[in-house]
Amino acid sequence: MEAVQSSRRIMTGNEAVATGVKLSKVKVVSAYPITPQTTIVEKLADMVANGELDAKYIEVESEHSAMASVIASELTGARSYTASSSHGILYMHENLHWAAGMRVPLVMSVVNRAIGPPWSIWGEQTDTFNQKDTGWMQVYCESNQEAMDSVILGYKIAENKKILLPLMNMLDAFTLSHTSEPVEIRDEKTAHDYLGDLDLDFKIDYKNPAGYGSLVAPDGPFMEMKKDMRDSMYNAAGIIREEISNFNNLFEANLPGLTENFMMEDADYALITAGAISSTAKYTVRKLREKGQKVGLIRLYFYRPFPGEEILKAVKGLKGLGVVERNVSYGQRGPTFEDVVSALYRRADVPVRNYVVGLGGRDIRVKDYEKMFENLVEGDNEMEWINVGVK
Amino acid sequence: MPLTIPREELMLQGHTACAGCGATLSMRYVLKGAGEKSAVAIPACCWAVIPGEFPYTALKVPLIYTTFASAGASISGLREGLDAQGKEDYTVLAFAGDGGTADIGLQGLSAAMERGHNVLYVMYDNEAYMNTGIQRSGSTPYGAWTTTTPVGSKRDYKRENKKVVADLMIAQNVPYVATATIGFPEDLERKVAIAKSIKGPKFIQILSPCPPGWYYNSADTVKISKLAVETKVFPLYEYRDGKLKVYKPAKTLPVSEYLSLQGRFAHLREDEVEEVQKAVDERWESLLKKEQS
Ligand SMILES: Cc1ncc(C[n+]2csc(CCOP(=O)(O)OP(=O)(O)O)c2C)c(N)n1
Ligand SMILES: [Mg+2]
Repeated sequence: MEAVQSSRRIMTGNEAVATGVKLSKVKVVSAYPITPQTTIVEKLADMVANGELDAKYIEVESEHSAMASVIASELTGARSYTASSSHGILYMHENLHWAAGMRVPLVMSVVNRAIGPPWSIWGEQTDTFNQKDTGWMQVYCESNQEAMDSVILGYKIAENKKILLPLMNMLDAFTLSHTSEPVEIRDEKTAHDYLGDLDLDFKIDYKNPAGYGSLVAPDGPFMEMKKDMRDSMYNAAGIIREEISNFNNLFEANLPGLTENFMMEDADYALITAGAISSTAKYTVRKLREKGQKVGLIRLYFYRPFPGEEILKAVKGLKGLGVVERNVSYGQRGPTFEDVVSALYRRADVPVRNYVVGLGGRDIRVKDYEKMFENLVEGDNEMEWINVGVK
Repeated sequence: MPLTIPREELMLQGHTACAGCGATLSMRYVLKGAGEKSAVAIPACCWAVIPGEFPYTALKVPLIYTTFASAGASISGLREGLDAQGKEDYTVLAFAGDGGTADIGLQGLSAAMERGHNVLYVMYDNEAYMNTGIQRSGSTPYGAWTTTTPVGSKRDYKRENKKVVADLMIAQNVPYVATATIGFPEDLERKVAIAKSIKGPKFIQILSPCPPGWYYNSADTVKISKLAVETKVFPLYEYRDGKLKVYKPAKTLPVSEYLSLQGRFAHLREDEVEEVQKAVDERWESLLKKEQS
């Protein structure tokens, strides 16, 4: 047998993400440290310092500036990247809208972390669920492999001229960011050829001077621009399905579609999750299946654009569905619940429950999922908090 | 003396500024000096409106509009993005108001200068938030009326001294720092040319009189700009290689000559004008001392 050098490495989610950035031939990195994102930007700084990544690195003084600077660098035609988490994401909120509105196809990685007060550095997805309406595409990763692949795929999708919207790829605090797993490193040349150079039709060019983001009055094309963003996001779903399949073929990868259906074929009851907590949910599904219960899981890989069609298809025939939120919204049920119910509106007749789990890094155990599955038979609920108030 | 101002116009007709706007003259002169191979970042301010409505633009240079606090970060991104593609020959500049520079954007400015990008940050100083209708900024001078320092029966005019951003930049040891104003266009042009010749961060603060905000006849913009220098209210100076150089006007005038032309100072009593004179004289002396040291 011929000895081939394996491209499989044991690495943390943050290392996987940084490697994905390198494979994407990023030209400008600009970032500000925050736990648990920090090791991404440290790794990238190392890569630049050692000549492994030929990029400019801007050590900005804040996340607001991180986002402002990559909007500008991307608009010069240089593929740009940043990463953040939690309060850093909230701090750049204004510029998240600005990035999407400028139609710059950035990719940003976000390590999902709780929002204070009280201070907490642990896992929770409220930081990015709060950004669902900014015009960014959103993917939630379940593994370090996905975290790496989503950066490369992210640029491919964001830079598609029919989309031209930025994309954020999420990984859970510590569970992925600081936990090591085997990861297949994609071939560098293949990745470079796959993405090519950033090619923007409109960019900073003195021979074609234009003002990007200039004033528009009520009778100008303001609403048309917003509608175009919304249409581009909506139509992105089809392009993404195709691109994922291309990616899987080219890299022999295993990315799901916009969603992943796990043991859904003949399921009576199912949960919907996003991110690394899906792995425990899958374990529970397998366990309950062994006991003869017909349960399954729908995992959201993409959350924006929202995979309504995938969910509608998956829930056909279900007797009960539970939407698991690792985020909190006050004064209404959770955002995922609302999106799921809106996707099913008058098209599927299935009771939907809403669960809140895992805020501030609270553990989500197999027995918690068992309880969630058990309660599905009861039909609709208002909102149920899991593993709360019990020690 | 031969005229040193480049003929080329990169600011065109059809802009939307008020009659007599000092900030338009600032832009016009700066772009003449910067040249067409420029990339400009403009945060929220009057100049975010002046180039006109989409898809028109009165500026013949590529520009990116940014959020209010983002001028410093945006020129950092423009510079590094262009350099990453071998486009080192672009002049990258910010054109930001005093509010976007002295207040909400100060952190971004300070950081961009500290990081040492090859950029020019131009602060056009009309001494208040004019785009939102004349509210006080950190750069509003002592004694001024604004809509948030409305004088009233308690004589609540601006009681605090002007925060001079150029001095902060000098304290930060930015390689080239200058103050300028549109009443001295050749001096301004010279400073832009020097800034362009230096590879690294540069900062120029340009006093830009504002007829509706300062309450004066729009024909007097250049006159008021000159008076600001001749009364020593707005001294012209340059800081380069760690050395300060102060321009000494041939003739100097009392501050009342400057203040009395502007409605924003109309409420000041004689004794209050005296206070202003004292403060202006003290600052002038301290500048001269710094120049000596
Ligand atoms: C985050 C944010 N806060 C407030 C505003 C409103 N705003 C727009 S321009 C402006 C004042 C700008 O003042 P300055 O920088 O001095 O420029 P000028 O309008 O005087 O030219 C303000 C307060 C904004 N656009 N963004
Ligand atoms: Mg102003």
